[in-house]
Amino acid sequence: MELSTVWFLLIAVLWTGYLVLEGFDFGVGMLLPILGRKDTERRVLINTIGPVWDGNEVWLLTAGGATFAAFPEWYATLFSGFYLALLLILLALIVRVVSFEWRGKINDPAWRRRADLAIIIGSWVPSILWGVAFGNLVRGVELDKAHQYVGGFFALLNPFALLGGATTLMIFLTHGAIYLALKTEGDIRERAGALASKLSIVTVVVAGAFAVWAQVAYSRNTWTWAAVVVAAAALVGVVVATRLRREGWAFLLSAVAIVGAVVLIFGSLYPNVMPAFVTANSLTVTNASSSSYTLTVMTWVAVILTPIVLLYQGWTYWVFRKRISVTSIPEHTGLTFERTSA
Amino acid sequence: MEALDLARWQFGITTVYHFIFVPLTIGLAPLIAIMQTIWYRTGDERWLRLTKFFGKLFLINFAIGVATGIVQEFQFGMNWSEYSRFVGDVFGAPLAMEALAAFFIESTFLGLWIFGWDKLPKKIHLATIWLVAFATNLSAYFILAANSWMQHPVGAELVNGRAQMTDIGAVLRNPTLLAAFPHTITAALLTAGTFVAGIAAWLMVRAARGKRLDLAGLYRPAVVLGVIAMLVGGVGLGLTGDQQAKLMFKQQPMKMAAAEALCESTDSASFSILAIGDLSNACTGVTHVIQVPGLTSFLASGSFSSHLDGVDTLQKSYEKKYGTGQNYSPNLAVTYWSFRLMIGLGVGSAALALAALWLMRKGRFPTSRWFARLAIWAIPTPFLASSFGWVFTEMGRQPWIVAPNPTGIDGIWLLTSRGVSTVVSPAEIIISMVAFTLLYAALAVVWYKLMHRYAIEGVADSEKDVSPDNPDNPDGADRPLSFAY
Repeated sequence: MELSTVWFLLIAVLWTGYLVLEGFDFGVGMLLPILGRKDTERRVLINTIGPVWDGNEVWLLTAGGATFAAFPEWYATLFSGFYLALLLILLALIVRVVSFEWRGKINDPAWRRRADLAIIIGSWVPSILWGVAFGNLVRGVELDKAHQYVGGFFALLNPFALLGGATTLMIFLTHGAIYLALKTEGDIRERAGALASKLSIVTVVVAGAFAVWAQVAYSRNTWTWAAVVVAAAALVGVVVATRLRREGWAFLLSAVAIVGAVVLIFGSLYPNVMPAFVTANSLTVTNASSSSYTLTVMTWVAVILTPIVLLYQGWTYWVFRKRISVTSIPEHTGLTFERTSA
Repeated sequence: MEALDLARWQFGITTVYHFIFVPLTIGLAPLIAIMQTIWYRTGDERWLRLTKFFGKLFLINFAIGVATGIVQEFQFGMNWSEYSRFVGDVFGAPLAMEALAAFFIESTFLGLWIFGWDKLPKKIHLATIWLVAFATNLSAYFILAANSWMQHPVGAELVNGRAQMTDIGAVLRNPTLLAAFPHTITAALLTAGTFVAGIAAWLMVRAARGKRLDLAGLYRPAVVLGVIAMLVGGVGLGLTGDQQAKLMFKQQPMKMAAAEALCESTDSASFSILAIGDLSNACTGVTHVIQVPGLTSFLASGSFSSHLDGVDTLQKSYEKKYGTGQNYSPNLAVTYWSFRLMIGLGVGSAALALAALWLMRKGRFPTSRWFARLAIWAIPTPFLASSFGWVFTEMGRQPWIVAPNPTGIDGIWLLTSRGVSTVVSPAEIIISMVAFTLLYAALAVVWYKLMHRYAIEGVADSEKDVSPDNPDNPDGADRPLSFAY
């Protein structure tokens, strides 16, 4: 296999890691106002992802860095082309990150409400926009002869891409609800399970429609039908498993569905990385890639380090495997705005 | 303003802002690891209280560093896509390595450290903070490898109009990097040392004046630890800065000539302490008011009488090499003053460390208000020095985004004006710049308030050892989390 194809696969792997992991913590953030009725319940939700959200987000930084290193032309065209969409994602991620860490630092209900709002917005916005971005990649965009994106911002808001946005939104909501059912105990677990069961049905319909549309209208490869089938079967499995409250299975199948979706998205692009309306202008794994020397170096780095990362991140999930409930949440330890004692 | 100027302003604002939080993270992580190690070794609860106290400040700061760091990686592609196309083959590699090798360790083990007090055996838990400290420093290495390549490209060749990597070893052992890394790390140590010493000293005085001698005694060793870090950092900064300057005279003579406002070539160049100039940015408009004869020559080469090229001479030789119609010198006033402010503020904070050490000699407890006030005023000094250092490094490199390597790789250089995205409109950059600036300003206010609030609170009255090693904490018992958001 060509090294550039190997790197196309590796970047797909990094996106899979990002979407499977941050997918559920986006879901948890979005469900904060829905499943967290009182402050303690909201704290249960946030603390299910407390020790892991930061590590999850690094998958995005790695995918971004790897794209820069392995496909500079792709990185340059994509990031300058999808400018305003990425700006919105960045702003959302910034407020979300600081709110997780700062929410409990001041013991004041209004302070917490503001942090919750930032977490909620910071989770909804990227959950939709990542799907819009991937939808546009699959659909193809307007590139000129120099492979520059010239379509503008509003061209990104086409029906297919918006359905892509709805797809990632629904998948993350379901994925997050399942994760909560898996990680909590008591009333919240019950409500999260019931919600996951309802959401999963909508997800099958929305994601199924997106996958079939993508495959029929835009995929450059017939074999990606296999990914459509696997993802669809997994999502149907999620419906069944959530109904039976088999949380472990539901989570696994939900993750498989995300893997299927990434395979479909990347598979339908290949050998392009960024297909253009005018085929000759497309960025491909060949014309967008780095030199074979750089790819070789980076292959060694990735092959050695990725399994180690998976090992210690896996260990973290093991350390924090215990379910939590409202009784596991300690009193607020944050300070008040004003210093009272001497 | 054109897209180029806007993109430069945006990069300047977001980068200087990001680097307020970064040096504190880099320097504070090992200091907290040392505090926790002392607790682990001695079992002295006071060190656990200090660990947790500075740990909280560390986390408030870490969050904003992470949040603003994502922007850094994305904006190369967003605003500087032509630069990204030109350098991606070389420049992307250290960025990807930074994420894979450093960010994953840092984020994962920090999560374990924050939430793992009651889950991990003491020894393992201690290892997590050391891993965080290691990873923050490792990330500095990789990102400086990328930056150093822009200052001094190595290990690459020009193929089809873009840089292509030929030797990763050369990129990761770039002499510029080997000088910049220890300089940055020692700056981080000075920053964090001043932070720890300053806050602990202020609290020590407060405790002593409030007749809480036990508390004052708790803070005193933290002041000493901070002061030691300041001295190590300060001395290290001087030594590494000297190395870096000597290297820079060879690698980027124009930057250093501008830093000295040295117009004409001369033997035995003087070091200018105060210069005034008109605002024309022409070298001839500069008048040196105070200067030390021969010192610049000495700093450049170790000899007071060595020859140095001035801005005008260098301009002529650059024109011959890289073409006419371009001013090859950076903004003189900015380069000159940022260089001096960096040095002055850095030396100033190191001097304060010596003063603190003198006032605390032989077990003395300073209790005066002015000592406490000075300790607080010292804290921002190294932050400012770092900012000026980066302004100097980056603005001094102009007009290049990738400065030419004078000993030569053919064709590997790029003017900043050629690096900016061509498809991004000025309006889009204005939108993003306004959005980032407003958000960053708001976050800075919150960050400051939180840091201030937690700093004046001081250490907790007591901290329990909640680790599973402690026989009072039976395994598997149903109890609340030791820490929760």
